[in-house]
Amino acid sequence: MTTTDRGIPVAGATPNRFETVQGVREALREVQYLADDGIAGVAFLADRLGKPILIEGPAGTGKTQLAKSIAEILDARLIRLQCYEGLDESKALYEWNYKKQLLRIQTERGAEGSEEWTEVRDDIFSDEFLLTRPLLEAITADEPVVLLIDEVDRVEVETEALLLEILSDYQVSIPELGTIVAKQIPLVFLTSNNTRELSEALKRRCLYLHVDYPQLDREREIVLAKVPGITESLADQVARIVRSIRQLDLKKAPSVSETLDWARTLMLLNIDTIDEQTAKETLNILLKYQTDITKAAKELTVED
Amino acid sequence: MLELLNGFVVELRNAGLPVSLTENLDAMEAVQHIPIEDREAFKYALGATLIKNHAHWRSFETVFEVYFSLRGPEYKLVSGDDDTDIDELWREMQEQQRQQGDGGAGGLDNLTPEEIAQLLLQALMNGDQAMMRAMAKQSVQRFAGMEPGRPVGGTYYLYRTLRNLDLEGMLEKLMDATREQVEGDLTPLEERLEREEYEDRIDKFKGEVEAEIRRRLVADRGAEAMAKTLRKPLPEDVEFMHASRDEMVALKKALYPLTRKLAARLARKRRHGRKGPLDFRNTVRHSLSYGGVPAEPKFKYPRPAKPELVVVADISGSVAAFARFTLMLVYAIQNQFSKVRSFVFIDGIDEVTDYFRATEDITEAIHRVNTEADVVWVDGHSDYGHAFEVFWERYGKDVGPKSTVLLLGDARNNYHASQSWVVKEMQHKARHVYWLNPEPRSYWNTGDSIVGEYGTFTDGVFECRNLRQLEGFVEKLA
Repeated sequence: MTTTDRGIPVAGATPNRFETVQGVREALREVQYLADDGIAGVAFLADRLGKPILIEGPAGTGKTQLAKSIAEILDARLIRLQCYEGLDESKALYEWNYKKQLLRIQTERGAEGSEEWTEVRDDIFSDEFLLTRPLLEAITADEPVVLLIDEVDRVEVETEALLLEILSDYQVSIPELGTIVAKQIPLVFLTSNNTRELSEALKRRCLYLHVDYPQLDREREIVLAKVPGITESLADQVARIVRSIRQLDLKKAPSVSETLDWARTLMLLNIDTIDEQTAKETLNILLKYQTDITKAAKELTVED
Repeated sequence: MLELLNGFVVELRNAGLPVSLTENLDAMEAVQHIPIEDREAFKYALGATLIKNHAHWRSFETVFEVYFSLRGPEYKLVSGDDDTDIDELWREMQEQQRQQGDGGAGGLDNLTPEEIAQLLLQALMNGDQAMMRAMAKQSVQRFAGMEPGRPVGGTYYLYRTLRNLDLEGMLEKLMDATREQVEGDLTPLEERLEREEYEDRIDKFKGEVEAEIRRRLVADRGAEAMAKTLRKPLPEDVEFMHASRDEMVALKKALYPLTRKLAARLARKRRHGRKGPLDFRNTVRHSLSYGGVPAEPKFKYPRPAKPELVVVADISGSVAAFARFTLMLVYAIQNQFSKVRSFVFIDGIDEVTDYFRATEDITEAIHRVNTEADVVWVDGHSDYGHAFEVFWERYGKDVGPKSTVLLLGDARNNYHASQSWVVKEMQHKARHVYWLNPEPRSYWNTGDSIVGEYGTFTDGVFECRNLRQLEGFVEKLA
């Protein structure tokens, strides 16, 4: 796809990274990321359409991990922009290296037969004095990169606008230099914990993927894959109990990473079947609120 | 294909989902890369390009099922015996039965209802997906009694099918069978896990039955007509007063993320207020580091006072759900208010602030409100007049110039005395008095509704029929 029909200018062809949806799935499985149909399908589409993916979902369901795993299977460099309140242009896009510019001007002054002002001016606003930040770095990279914009819901609505140009056209406009167009379309992942509604403009430019807590089967497989040495029956029990707990009305349902922590703890304690007592004693690994723990302990041990 | 997709997008828009032109184009491009035969991937491809909010996913799924239900190999309609899928399974089952010495008889169509129940039991027991699907098809064919062109909704057929299958009894049978298998007692934990597993499978089976009925209806009536009858409002558009049980659950789920967003937005609004007037002291103090030159002016940041909230809610049958949601919402963001006090009434009134203070769990507090609050005075029919009078007598002195009073209810007073002077007094003493009415505006002041009479003494009467309107109001308030 050299240019898309909406006229996205791309220097140099970006070959398709994936062959089939099934292929994506298997590749992800090899790096121990167990994708379901939706995840693999959307990743495949993102490559074909050359669009960013916006991943939403509860914390700890592997949103960031997906970007990392994709980077791993593509053997690409992962460039990560962690968003926070107060993030601005100079942290996300680019910044002029002010100190270096000053030095340049000062050296000029000392030398004989100094150059014209215009020359100096053109000189100090050139590539050499530009500090690239993650977004600019991602589109100027020669080697394949995966760009991860993490927790995009943390920035203010106004700052979101910074991302729009790069997300839709894969380019960055710098007033002094002109427009820098991507050498190749990077795969872009944005993650959001959904603490606020993202703007329509941002959503429109992305493919949307909602990653939820996994189904029983998938969670069991994840436990089996990520916790070495665990028996199948224990993994099954872990997955079932976690599902049971997620159905309760809790402040914070256990995430996949917490499930894994729990399974690892059980392994360390040399437990091969979970009974009420062990479940109750180790609940604090799955749940982080006292009210939740009491509630879950009550539900799990007392027959209803 | 293009036409189908177009109809699909039009229907999505009709269902209230915002689909922009670019998203439509993206979907068109996406489907070129994904073969329609791969149904799951196809669904996700459309979903990823068209739907940008997880709350809309359910509506999307329904529309998708209607429009694309007749496609894909394993989604064929059962038309007689030519379905190899079932036949094969049936032969397998026959083999099994012969081994057991029962001896099967003829095709799947000749089974007695008891045999169907038995087969289903086995399928559920083993978690056999293909068999479950086959059984769903068979039961619909057998029990739903569907007639072409008959103008009844899918729920009617669903009800008929499920009634004949007795899934409740099925669950108990499954549990019994498991207990036998294990020999000895199940621990409560195991029992619970097994039960959940079976419930999950039965739910899946119900889903299969539903899908099968939908497929047949679509085949009978066409996608467009079906989509119209199946159209469900989005969670934030569901009316409080007419929500079904499922919708209530969906509403509750939608409420929590909504409160989180609302709280974040309000906190942000408070922090990022405009700059206030010059802070003279601070400027002078900072000027010392510049040798007394006020080089860096400092400003006072406005700190808008958090309002003190008094919620007075009618919790009689008709509007109970609305009151519940409003209380939940208000308490979920209570740190945006300096103080929240809540009162509930039917014809008597009771303060319920302590229920919320005692526990962190809002759901539990709401439950206590419903069960413990002393709100019946004479007959348990709404009497706004009496409730307001008692409120003013007992708690009127606590309403001051800082308080904002929220009155919740449909103002259907059962023709009792209105005592609207109380509201008038409130307006004098309180900062604001607002009335939230869960009824559609066109019903106001009809029958025994006297919202107009109360309304004249408030600073505004707002229609709050769904979460969207409620959210909008609360944001304005804080």
